[in-house]
Amino acid sequence: MSILELKNVSKAFGQLKVTDDVSFAVPEGQALGIIGPNGAGKSTLFNLITGNLTADTGTIAFEGTDVTKVPAMQRCFAGVGRSFQIPQPFDNLTVFENLLVAAMHGRNTNQAAVEQACADILLQTELMPVANAPASGLSLLQRKRLEMARALATDPKLLLLDEIAGGLTDAECVALIDTIKSIHARGVTIIWIEHVLHALTSVVERLLVLDFGKVIGIGAPDEILNRQDVREIYLGIDV
Amino acid sequence: MTTQTQTPAYVVTTQTKASQITAVAACALLAALVLLPFVAGRGLIQDLFFVLTMLVLAQFWNLLAGYGGMVSIGQQAFVGMGAYAMFGGVILAGIDPIPAILLGGVAALIVAIPTAFFAFRLQGPYFAIGTWVIAEVMRLIMAQTQSLGGGTGTSLPRAATREMWATEWIAELFDVRNSAARDILTYWLALALAAASIAAIYALLRSKPGLALSAVRDNPEAAKSVGVDAGRMKWVVFLSSAFGTGLAGALIYVQKARISPDAAFSVTDWTAYVLFIVIIGGIGTIEGPIIGVIIFFLLQSLLADFGSWYLFTLGIIGILVMLIAPRGLWGLITDKTGIQLFPVRRRLSGGTQDTSDT
Repeated sequence: MSILELKNVSKAFGQLKVTDDVSFAVPEGQALGIIGPNGAGKSTLFNLITGNLTADTGTIAFEGTDVTKVPAMQRCFAGVGRSFQIPQPFDNLTVFENLLVAAMHGRNTNQAAVEQACADILLQTELMPVANAPASGLSLLQRKRLEMARALATDPKLLLLDEIAGGLTDAECVALIDTIKSIHARGVTIIWIEHVLHALTSVVERLLVLDFGKVIGIGAPDEILNRQDVREIYLGIDV
Repeated sequence: MTTQTQTPAYVVTTQTKASQITAVAACALLAALVLLPFVAGRGLIQDLFFVLTMLVLAQFWNLLAGYGGMVSIGQQAFVGMGAYAMFGGVILAGIDPIPAILLGGVAALIVAIPTAFFAFRLQGPYFAIGTWVIAEVMRLIMAQTQSLGGGTGTSLPRAATREMWATEWIAELFDVRNSAARDILTYWLALALAAASIAAIYALLRSKPGLALSAVRDNPEAAKSVGVDAGRMKWVVFLSSAFGTGLAGALIYVQKARISPDAAFSVTDWTAYVLFIVIIGGIGTIEGPIIGVIIFFLLQSLLADFGSWYLFTLGIIGILVMLIAPRGLWGLITDKTGIQLFPVRRRLSGGTQDTSDT
């Protein structure tokens, strides 16, 4: 069964069509990577899935239920968790409180155990040493980890990661991939926008290519990355 | 509050040693202030009434702007509507002024609903100006209300103030005239309102909605993405702030016993001074308005004879504090000492790995 299904979804800002008749489905438990040049509409697509933006036309179904008009907050309850491309921590709260607010408000499961759940996520994402530090003082890697940790605190069934590996060193990237793999291994469905291809392909089972808001290909990573049109558009290789 | 998690591994605490001392000191101070009319003169009681009511207005503006991120310059709308509703209750419905104070709070709450409906469509400086305009509209409406004195205003009926609840008992207890007894009564009510406001705001900040409020202030879009109902939080804060401000407005005018639209809806008295108090004390903290109101009162007493130079000096001090210490005097003190008298931070400790503050 598909956990997420988009049918003919379009979104325009004025005359500019940033999402153009996009249709795809993600089976439960799968990790899907999304690639595309800058400005292809990748983050907009995420905002449509999370409800931070509303689609002009088309439908978005989560676990078989139409959520096209459902606000972000309720999609979070349903099980959609996200990270932002530019980390957006709650600066005046501590790292632990950033997770706590997400766990208290974003999950519809057992409220009694939220503090322990946050502690477990802090350990999993290696943020425990800075648990009581204000989020405003974190390094880039820590901010990226916090984005992921805060999304996990809502106990998502579907986790959307937006360029979570961007700007990290190779060593930091390897550590982050391990964490993402362990989350995926627990059965969480992942959709991951990323320019760092080796990071992406080491986790995802399928790749989707977006260009000018349109889906130009979806399939196994090897097959997609070897397609001539994808190489021209995305990798800039003239074949 | 100390919360034990389900397994003994991790513990979440908000209390600090300073906050425990504060709790004891606050109880002692409250008891001393309750008993003060037994030893203090009428002048001091009147001064403290002013300080306490300004503190209530400052705490609610701080809740709105410092915690809710809604910088309003229209709080005089709720002071004025609260005061006029109390006058209406007394003059038109014959209610005793003391229970009519509650009517003031409810009236402010009711007018806050359409106010929020319009003002929430505005952001930042537009919200600030919008709230001011709405307050002016309310002033003009009350100036047209002839049954409550129209543009020139009116006074509470002599019978209503003379026979006000509990004044006879207080007059006998302290062996004072009726007017002095009324001052003691309104002082006690101001003390109760200030203590209850601080306790309620502190309880809110330590609760689940309080944490959500901080998240919305820091980043509304991210807050929505983690399930926080940002819109509802704005309503809760705006309406609570209006209710508290309305109660304070009604109480202030029970003590004044005379009202006019220009005074009750004065942007200087009920918003500019309140802004000054919160900004110099420290916005976004409960301690800030407490320090701010003390400094404001001292400045007002020192500069009382200097007319417009008084306002000029307040303005200069306000600008200097904003430039040198944007988080106010309490911000400076916290930075230097780390002391928090009303801590809201939830600290995680215990477990197998160390957590630390950096």
